[in-house]
Amino acid sequence: MLAYIARRAVLAVLTMAAISVFAFIIIQLPPGDFVDAYIANLSASGSSVSMEEAKSLRALYGLDQPVYVQYMKWMSRVLVGDFGESMEWHRPVAEVIGDRLWLTIVLSLSALMLTWGIALPIGIYSAVRQYSALDYVFTSISFIGLAVPNFLLALVIMYFSFVLFGANVGGLFSSEFDLAPWSLAKVWDLIKHLPLPAVILALAGTAQLIRIMRANLLDELRKPYVVTARAKGMPEARVIWKYPVRAALNPFASTIAYLFPYLVSGSIIISLVLSLPTVGPLLLKALIAQDMFLAGTIVLLLGVMTVIGTFISDLVLMWVDPRIRFQMD
Amino acid sequence: MPQTPMVDHPDHEAGGSTSAATPLLSVRGLKTYFKLDEGTVKAVDGVSFDLFAGRTLGIVGESGCGKSISARSILRIVDRPGKIEGGEIWLQQEGDNENAVDLLQLPHEGPELRAIRGKEIALVFQEPMASFSHYYTIGNQIMEAILLHSATSDAAARARAIELLGMVGVPNPERRVDEYPFQLSGGLRQRVMMAMALACDPRILIADEPTTALDVTTQAQVLNLLQRIQKERGLSVILITHDMGVVAEMADDVVVMYLGRAVEKGPVDEIFHDPKHPYTQALLRSIPSIMAKPRTKLATIEGSIPHPFARPSGCPFHPRCPDAIKGLCDVKEPPTHALRPDRAVSCFLYGDAS
Amino acid sequence: MSSGPVSTTSPTQTAEDRFAVATQWQLTWWRFRKHKLAVASGIIVIAFYVVVLLADFLAYADPHATDSKRSHIPPQEIHFFDDGAFKPYVYGLTQKRDLRTFKLSYQPNLDRKVYLTLFAEGYSYHFLGLFPTNKHLVGLVDPRPEDGIFILGTDLVGRDLWSRIMVATRISLTIGLAGVTVSLFLGILLGGISAVYGGIVDTVIQRVIEILRSMPTIPLWMGLAAALPNSWSVIQVYFAITIIISFLGWTDLARVVRGKFLALRSEDFVTAAELAGASQYRIIFTHMLPSFLSHIIAATSLALPAMIISETSLSFLGLGLRPPAISWGILLQDAQNIETLALAPWLLTAAIPVILVILAFNFLGDGLRDAADPYG
Repeated sequence: MLAYIARRAVLAVLTMAAISVFAFIIIQLPPGDFVDAYIANLSASGSSVSMEEAKSLRALYGLDQPVYVQYMKWMSRVLVGDFGESMEWHRPVAEVIGDRLWLTIVLSLSALMLTWGIALPIGIYSAVRQYSALDYVFTSISFIGLAVPNFLLALVIMYFSFVLFGANVGGLFSSEFDLAPWSLAKVWDLIKHLPLPAVILALAGTAQLIRIMRANLLDELRKPYVVTARAKGMPEARVIWKYPVRAALNPFASTIAYLFPYLVSGSIIISLVLSLPTVGPLLLKALIAQDMFLAGTIVLLLGVMTVIGTFISDLVLMWVDPRIRFQMD
Repeated sequence: MPQTPMVDHPDHEAGGSTSAATPLLSVRGLKTYFKLDEGTVKAVDGVSFDLFAGRTLGIVGESGCGKSISARSILRIVDRPGKIEGGEIWLQQEGDNENAVDLLQLPHEGPELRAIRGKEIALVFQEPMASFSHYYTIGNQIMEAILLHSATSDAAARARAIELLGMVGVPNPERRVDEYPFQLSGGLRQRVMMAMALACDPRILIADEPTTALDVTTQAQVLNLLQRIQKERGLSVILITHDMGVVAEMADDVVVMYLGRAVEKGPVDEIFHDPKHPYTQALLRSIPSIMAKPRTKLATIEGSIPHPFARPSGCPFHPRCPDAIKGLCDVKEPPTHALRPDRAVSCFLYGDAS
Repeated sequence: MSSGPVSTTSPTQTAEDRFAVATQWQLTWWRFRKHKLAVASGIIVIAFYVVVLLADFLAYADPHATDSKRSHIPPQEIHFFDDGAFKPYVYGLTQKRDLRTFKLSYQPNLDRKVYLTLFAEGYSYHFLGLFPTNKHLVGLVDPRPEDGIFILGTDLVGRDLWSRIMVATRISLTIGLAGVTVSLFLGILLGGISAVYGGIVDTVIQRVIEILRSMPTIPLWMGLAAALPNSWSVIQVYFAITIIISFLGWTDLARVVRGKFLALRSEDFVTAAELAGASQYRIIFTHMLPSFLSHIIAATSLALPAMIISETSLSFLGLGLRPPAISWGILLQDAQNIETLALAPWLLTAAIPVILVILAFNFLGDGLRDAADPYG
């Protein structure tokens, strides 16, 4: 068991390192270096930078040195929490990002829980009552989730609510709470606004998961141990819940691990359509404006959060499957 | 309770009560069919046999002859698309020689049926590895059997589980009870299966190929265990196997099945020393013997088992039967002919061809 | 049963015998045919690719021609019967000035009927990229310059939506294909290497796959796509986007390839081939490949919708393909603004082919996978 945890932990660390490299590449990609862009930005707004200032800036960021040195410098600053300064906002990146990262995670986690909560019972129902009317209904809905890209779904829902109710369903907060400091009331406001984006986000993943759960359960229901349980005189409902569901949960849980990155990704697009105050719109603007420290940091943090989420789900998987605990995988 | 021809066994020495005038379990004309897209497979096509208290009935036949399905039909746990299409299965009420209940008439998945499963009739399966769930300890799964049928406390159930494990010969039962199935060897798993089956002290134990997946030494151990338990508890056993050697060793009565029909029935000695049906004879002939002359060709049964969708007309065995009567065996199904009260054959060679 | 071998052409051959001697491909095809939904989806997919080939022919208005006077014309009704006879027509347009906004725009003129015809003349293009022509499937008879067909309406700058959707299909579907091809190549290569060589190579590749899979894709794509220089041509951007999308997409295919490879390697028939002295090359290509080829085809057709969604999403965000290229994602960009959408809801019709194609590929892929896998 410890070997398993250790292995997953090492992998997580490696993944985070890889993501940091990617984030760094993204920062470096635009032509010219950071200082050039900074100077161009300043001169566009009227101020200018002297040659000495430029030179010292370059030295500060290590821009006159080889790429891997720059990477080291950047990483060493990141690891103490200094993410650099946003060119566009002229404020530290951490400040600009602010709450947004947490809101992204909250949104993704809500979608994750929704996905689980919806896919599990529906998947079980579809497997046990195959070909029933409700089964077909669920299958159709899940195909919508599968086929319609979530931004489209968001668009359509926004359109209909606008046309039918004159309401704009975007945003995670009502206007009075938007810039207010955190309070219990604000949290409640958030909870009230979460369902719609969370549902849209969850739909595609739910569709996938229902199919997986259904297929797994159908497989399990044919296995001999189910017959054994029935032969012992167990009521049918318990036969299904106690054994096959438990077995089908295994591949289900391992799918969750890859669902989380998918949800984080999807939340970016949804938040663009619905104007949610999460990381998505910020990232897009940063990329278009080539505000590279902001963009790179967002990518890095998103990646790190995802990896941590995945690692936690690995731990959950371990708890669910005794075979892993005894290293039988 | 229908009267059956197999009633009195004046000279039988098998364990348990000998004056079993009425069978403990009586299967009559059982039909279990599988409706598939390509056609209907008649897995069990009118099978009748009796199980008497304290005795072992061996059901023997090649793969696919319907033995396992018959066993599952008794407990009504046939998987879809299989369905029991007809017949009666009479189970004598406990301690009541007069009344019996037709298991096939009980409401589907109803409480009466579930009360019988595990408690009166228990089933031991062929693949112990696949027959346990890997997510629960063996103790949990044995206790489950106990708790399903009696209102005891968890602690009492656990104690009983440990006791059962000890009884079937599992070493260190207090420790093993908390282990998972994949931590045990094949032979141990089979023992645990038996412990689980015996948890509620059933009257009948159906063992479906209990030793097929085991090596010969373990097989001997498991069979010994089965015999010991049977003697200790007066258990009635239905033993399903394709191994004639196991039948010879364990069974008191034998039913020979072919393609879903019972072709011959009788006490084990007679079946082995005086087989009547051509199939039984061929089966026995094909057992290699250490006494045979060297370099003799191994005897086989001509032909192969027909495709389930291409059942032969008339007697199912006629394409492979050396004694088939043309115009009769390929046209009509032979009825079951009782040679003696405890002996029956389904062949036109015996009795009147009607 | 019957004795002796069964001939393949005997007239008394039963269905069972045909079954016994059918090749792997025949069996797969028969199983596939039973899935009506998958077959229907297959037809839809083929239809879409026909559109790819005939895009310009099926369009009737130049997808790039803007005309502010034609801004946001709603979908036009085509009248099929003229006084009882089948003579489809639309109403001609006349230039009118809106008295409130002083904007010039085209309004339908109910006094003038303009008839439709097949194989009419329209804007010029190169059919299949080969020879120039200006014939289109439908067109107007003797139109005046201001007339036009607008089956799905026009967008903000007066471009006909139907024609643009036709042309967009070409790019969106071929990018999907291109992306899948790259993924397939990478997937088979790396999956195969991983499986054949095993050991350290396998471990490293597997870890790389896991790392790539646990990264959120959109932020990475956004980052990579935003880095593409503005000066690049449409074609260059097209290929860059393809590479970016397949960069993360090959992992699933690699896992399928590796998994099937390993499963097959322990099969008895492979051992038999090895024992018979077959070379490694022969074993892989003659014996193993046919067994998992159908799985690969199924996995590929399931990977396509993901590619299409990726491109559509990226272009929708403005980070993928850029105008003047036309793809479904770019068309949907116009629908991003909720006020615009409220004014011109027909702009959302660009979503319909997206949804159709994705559903079709999913059903097709499911059907192929079920047909390919005898144990599934």
